[in-house]
Amino acid sequence: MSLLLELSAVEASYGVIRALQGVSLEVGDGDMVALLGANGAGKSTTLRSISGMVPPTSGQILFDGKSLAGLTPNEIVKLGIAHVPEGRKIFKDLTVSENLRMGAYSRSDKTGIIEDTDMVLNLFPRLKEREGQLGGSLSGGEQQMLAIGRGLMARPRLLLLDEPSLGLAPIIIADIFTTLKAVNAERRMTMLIVEQNANVALKNCHFGYVLRVGKVAVSGESEKLRTNREVVESYLGVH
Amino acid sequence: MFGQLFISGVATGALYALTAVAVVVVFRNTRTINLAQGDFAMVGAFAALVFIKDFGLNYYVALFGAVLTCVLLGIAFERIVMRPIADSDWLTLFTATLGMYYVLHGVAGWFWGRDTKAFPVTFDPTPIEVIGGLVSQGHVINMAWAGGIGLMLFWFFRYTKQGIAMRAVTDDPDTAMLMGIPVRFIVLLTWGMAGFLAAFAGVLLAPIVYVAPEMMDEVLIKGYVAAVFGGLYSIPGAILGALMIGITENMAGGYLGSHFKTATAFVMIVVLLAFRPQGLFGIQKRREF
Ligand SMILES: Nc1ncnc2c1ncn2[C@@H]1O[C@H](COP(=O)(O)OP(=O)(O)O)[C@@H](O)[C@H]1O
Ligand SMILES: [Mg+2]
Repeated sequence: MSLLLELSAVEASYGVIRALQGVSLEVGDGDMVALLGANGAGKSTTLRSISGMVPPTSGQILFDGKSLAGLTPNEIVKLGIAHVPEGRKIFKDLTVSENLRMGAYSRSDKTGIIEDTDMVLNLFPRLKEREGQLGGSLSGGEQQMLAIGRGLMARPRLLLLDEPSLGLAPIIIADIFTTLKAVNAERRMTMLIVEQNANVALKNCHFGYVLRVGKVAVSGESEKLRTNREVVESYLGVH
Repeated sequence: MFGQLFISGVATGALYALTAVAVVVVFRNTRTINLAQGDFAMVGAFAALVFIKDFGLNYYVALFGAVLTCVLLGIAFERIVMRPIADSDWLTLFTATLGMYYVLHGVAGWFWGRDTKAFPVTFDPTPIEVIGGLVSQGHVINMAWAGGIGLMLFWFFRYTKQGIAMRAVTDDPDTAMLMGIPVRFIVLLTWGMAGFLAAFAGVLLAPIVYVAPEMMDEVLIKGYVAAVFGGLYSIPGAILGALMIGITENMAGGYLGSHFKTATAFVMIVVLLAFRPQGLFGIQKRREF
């Protein structure tokens, strides 16, 4: 399978804090890969370095074989990478449909945008009922659905998801992952999913990486990671 | 008497609203109070004056020229002055607009002279009947312009991609950037809009306050007060604030004498800030348009 995303020895910092100290990972085209690790390990920063919000200070990020160095976030979105940020970050003062429209900001194919709006509203029927409501008035689960829907509106080849299960009830988490799996399968959309909820992530992804203090500590097939005692005890905690 | 004072107050307030809305739009996308907003309008008034008197252009062509001038001025101010210091603290940004205020006052005085000039198109006092009361034709025209611009803004912010993106940037600039919205371009657009509104404020007020470098000083303060009424975030709040100021000062002028007129706006802001510093419509703060 060809590689869609390749990070090699990526470093990134916030001032003096070296958040990433040489992260290397690969995501194959069409894959669904989990990125795990304790709080502060650098998971969010890894996603931000890919989407151009925190440009790497060294190392290389290749997307479909091309380097992302020097590109602005909006150029990266145009290339086909959408980032669903940690904490959902939906626009509170915009309605549900306006939020979706902003997800498609980088596109100008009108019919495609209409198609994708329908697709998202079918995937998340609860959003359909609330199309005209302000984003800020939605429940946590609905906000997460909207955040994912907004990401899908860019019609990305690679979808980056940062802790989609954060603060949600188990039923809703299962629901969201079922939807993500369906999109991954039907649209061959590649996904890199950051999770603290390792069990859920490894159950749904083919492959996983575990970060520890800004570096990849362990990686492997989800099945292997899930049964690896050391990994479970050291990095995944008990879930 | 009451009805007429009320309607002409609304008409004046509608012109203040052009400045108030511009102050809000710039503030919520840049965290800057633009003290040069009135001077953008002053430049627009002078531009229209020059286009009509020196170039012999028709009023509407001159108005269009003034809009173009002010939009370019707003954009140039963003690119040349504000963008290089965009990451500074609010005091730096605020001081930059204060600097622009003095620069434009100075340049206008040096260029066009410090004396007050009559605007070639005068305010039409012919009374016409509107819903049972008599109103000057000039007031009706001004209300129509301001109302039309209000509708245009409503349409822009509610239905167009760039308008919604402008609100998204207000809401959360980082996430807007993550969505692929070019935030710098949107900020540039915001300053262009400030220029657009300034041109109308300047040209429509010119027959009433006459044309001079300091013609907009008082209007700027009233526009700012109106913006604070809306909590600095809400466009409808700023419009309502501007109408209230227009009506109140007109009533005070009519019943108490004209020297009370100007003081009214200042009394209103002192009272407002003492009792509701978050703005009269502070509850609405995060729900505009
Ligand atoms: N905006 C920021 N400013 C300064 N330090 C930050 C910022 N965001 C994250 N960090 C630091 O970078 C490191 C990695 O953070 P992050 O990528 O958010 O970890 P994770 O998502 O795995 O919890 C942590 O030490 C964190 O404190
Ligand atoms: Mg994180």
